[in-house]
Amino acid sequence: MTMPDPMAEIRASFFVECDELLEAMQDGLQAMEDGTDDAETIHVVFRAVHSIKGGAGAFGLEALVRFSHRYETVLDRVRSGDLGVEAGLLKHFFRAADHLSDLVRASRDEIKVPSGAGEAILAELNAHIGADVTPDEVEPEIEFQPTGLTLDLDVDLPPLNDPPRAPQFKICFTPDAEMFDTGNDVFPILRSVAALGACDIRCDTARVPALSDIVPETSYLSWTILLTSDVDEAEVASVFEFVEGLCKLRIERVAGSDTADAPPPPPLADEDVSRLPEPEADRPKIEQPPQRTAPAATKSVVRVDLDRIERLVNLVGELVINQAMLAQSLQSAGLSPHSNAMNGLEEFQRLTRDIQDSVMMIRAQPVKPLFQRMSRIVREASTAVNKDVRLITDGETTEVDKTVIERLADPLTHMIRNAVDHGLEPTHERLANGKAAQGHVTLSAAHRSGRVIIEVSDDGGGINRPRVLQVAMDKGLIPPDAVLSESEIDNLLFLPGFSTADTVSDLSGRGVGMDVVRTAIQSLGGRISITSTPDLGTTFSISLPLTLAVLDGMVIEVAGETLVLPLNVVAETVTLSASTLDAVQPGLDVVRVRGGLVPLFDLGYLLGYRARKDSYIDGVALLITHDDGSQGALVVDEIQDQRQVVIKGLDDTFYRAPGIAAATILGDGQIALILDPSDIIAQAGDPPHNRSQKTRMEA
Amino acid sequence: MEEPQTSQSVELLTFELGEHEYALDIMCVREIRGWAKATPLPHAPSFMRGVINLRGAVLPVMDLGERLGLPTRPHCDRNVIIVVSFKETMTGLLVDAVSDIIALSPDALQPPPDAANYGAQTVVKALTLIEDRMIRVLDLNNIVVLSQGEAA
Repeated sequence: MTMPDPMAEIRASFFVECDELLEAMQDGLQAMEDGTDDAETIHVVFRAVHSIKGGAGAFGLEALVRFSHRYETVLDRVRSGDLGVEAGLLKHFFRAADHLSDLVRASRDEIKVPSGAGEAILAELNAHIGADVTPDEVEPEIEFQPTGLTLDLDVDLPPLNDPPRAPQFKICFTPDAEMFDTGNDVFPILRSVAALGACDIRCDTARVPALSDIVPETSYLSWTILLTSDVDEAEVASVFEFVEGLCKLRIERVAGSDTADAPPPPPLADEDVSRLPEPEADRPKIEQPPQRTAPAATKSVVRVDLDRIERLVNLVGELVINQAMLAQSLQSAGLSPHSNAMNGLEEFQRLTRDIQDSVMMIRAQPVKPLFQRMSRIVREASTAVNKDVRLITDGETTEVDKTVIERLADPLTHMIRNAVDHGLEPTHERLANGKAAQGHVTLSAAHRSGRVIIEVSDDGGGINRPRVLQVAMDKGLIPPDAVLSESEIDNLLFLPGFSTADTVSDLSGRGVGMDVVRTAIQSLGGRISITSTPDLGTTFSISLPLTLAVLDGMVIEVAGETLVLPLNVVAETVTLSASTLDAVQPGLDVVRVRGGLVPLFDLGYLLGYRARKDSYIDGVALLITHDDGSQGALVVDEIQDQRQVVIKGLDDTFYRAPGIAAATILGDGQIALILDPSDIIAQAGDPPHNRSQKTRMEA
Repeated sequence: MEEPQTSQSVELLTFELGEHEYALDIMCVREIRGWAKATPLPHAPSFMRGVINLRGAVLPVMDLGERLGLPTRPHCDRNVIIVVSFKETMTGLLVDAVSDIIALSPDALQPPPDAANYGAQTVVKALTLIEDRMIRVLDLNNIVVLSQGEAA
């Protein structure tokens, strides 16, 4: 094992920054598409691309530099007002942005991206700015070799005796120590300056003290650059954009003096050297357009290794369990509820809960990056099936547990593709139905009663129910004479092996069906449902728990076993009495709840813990509401408590118990299973599993 | 418990199930725990005792005797759970009692009589004799991993 490479760390943080920049770029493009094309928006996009280019140059990521440079050139034309923002250009900007993301990712993972795609996009972009972009102009070789000692930069200088007509700039550049702290290097900057035109670069080493006095972290050097170039001052300043505030910089226009004689610059004559240790004191103002120095207000953030957070989450989980154990033992010790110990415990409980909430908040992330990925999916999918589609996103700031976001990407991608491919009608059909040619796919996220609701809806033709029914019958998924309600037909889409597309397109219909989507959502503790209106469109609604780590549960007892039900599925508790119970047929009872008849399910029997009870009179049932609004009543022996439990995953490689979502550890150290009531009720329709009469071992 | 270990020797943990002695490669064994009440899993095969709390993790426990098809035996205090790790999965195996740790040279292990004649799935991968007692060395692969047919 070698020492951690500091370069690798800087590199890693560059790519993290890239992700943020790409996000900002997407935002900007999106805003431009929505009609905001003010200077600031365009500038944000430009700056993002520019920053990526700058970083990439420092790490010698050539492909990335080349592409971003050319992209930037076109953006610059828009910025300067030479080029108007119109739909065609934006489309190409989006495509270029996608390609840029690919390049960044490829550079990070050190894989090769076929250059063909990039070239095609660049050709499109170049077409917008005409033929005046010669390859030379757009491709300055930025080659960065980390050489150690040459401090005067040797650039291929054109003969200096050529009396320059172009304006000259004198640039005094004194890096602060902080500049090196942040991973910047002088050489790439100097090379960028050199790329602007002929220049004479001198390094002033006068302030370097005797070796014995050198403080290695201090910056002692400064450079004076005489640049001959016809670029404007702002462009010269832009080279130093990344180190703005981290150096002393003065750029001034020099009257057409003769360069050859330019005296070895009086480098620091007009800068007070002694003030260097307090660089904040006089930071020369860089003359720049004001918007350049006004980036969007950023919150201060800390980047933390996810492993550390995971560890914290686990520890807090243990803390919650331990607190429950303590509570249980104090209670069983028979302490008065008004004793100091019990009061202290109450305070402890509140604190634990607060800590837990705060820790969970660390893991929560906005769904925005996920949604941005989806907008790319829409672009690609709509091109593939030749439809004009616009993605509308809503609630991007909604925060969801990081793991949930990660595991949501695949199912969501599939749903978005489905919406574009199957949900929206072909353009000619839309026009024939009096709809706008452009189809809309809406992706929204919102918090609702402790869960996150994510909806994918389209304004297409809705589910073609007769055809769905026909396909299901043809495939033998349902009996030919089945009579199904509308929502039952819609739910056929979730059956494994179902696909209605007449033609298997490139896009969907690769054999991955909605059943896979549903399985993925369910494995996150979520549910998915469909609503569809003919001619108006289809909405898929995903409801997810906020976190995968804790759950508000109702602790119940059935046949001597302690179980936990997610509190959010329990609508109410019902006491069963002779007057509210009715038997429909042997094994099927209903309970009357406010005039409605709700089927009764014997939990102990369904879980195989005991035989069916003879009578449910005087028992307790929990009313469960399903996502589709239907209800069921679960008969339990006793309701013990309502508390927050820490979810522990069940290893189901060996055996997956039906109706069990996960497990938790109770205050006494015993494991209690967390039930999935909808699954239990769904299983109840199946023939009872009689194969295992449990022989239980007594403790 | 300290046994001389050479690169050639195989160390085995021996334990009792009913009247017989069995053994497992000690490299698979993570720890040995006293019996704790397991939380039963609904509709699980009868040899699945359920799950127990192993320092905050959920550990599935199976009754090894029942898993091997031995007659059910009454429970007693000496019963222990051997926690084994196999292919990154941790499983608890309930056995009657742990006997010893033995070190053998691989020569002392004999293959069981032609397993092919007794069905493809054999759980005993070797046999050995210690002081005239036959010890059956178990193959975790066919014990901890549930075959498709059984899972149905």
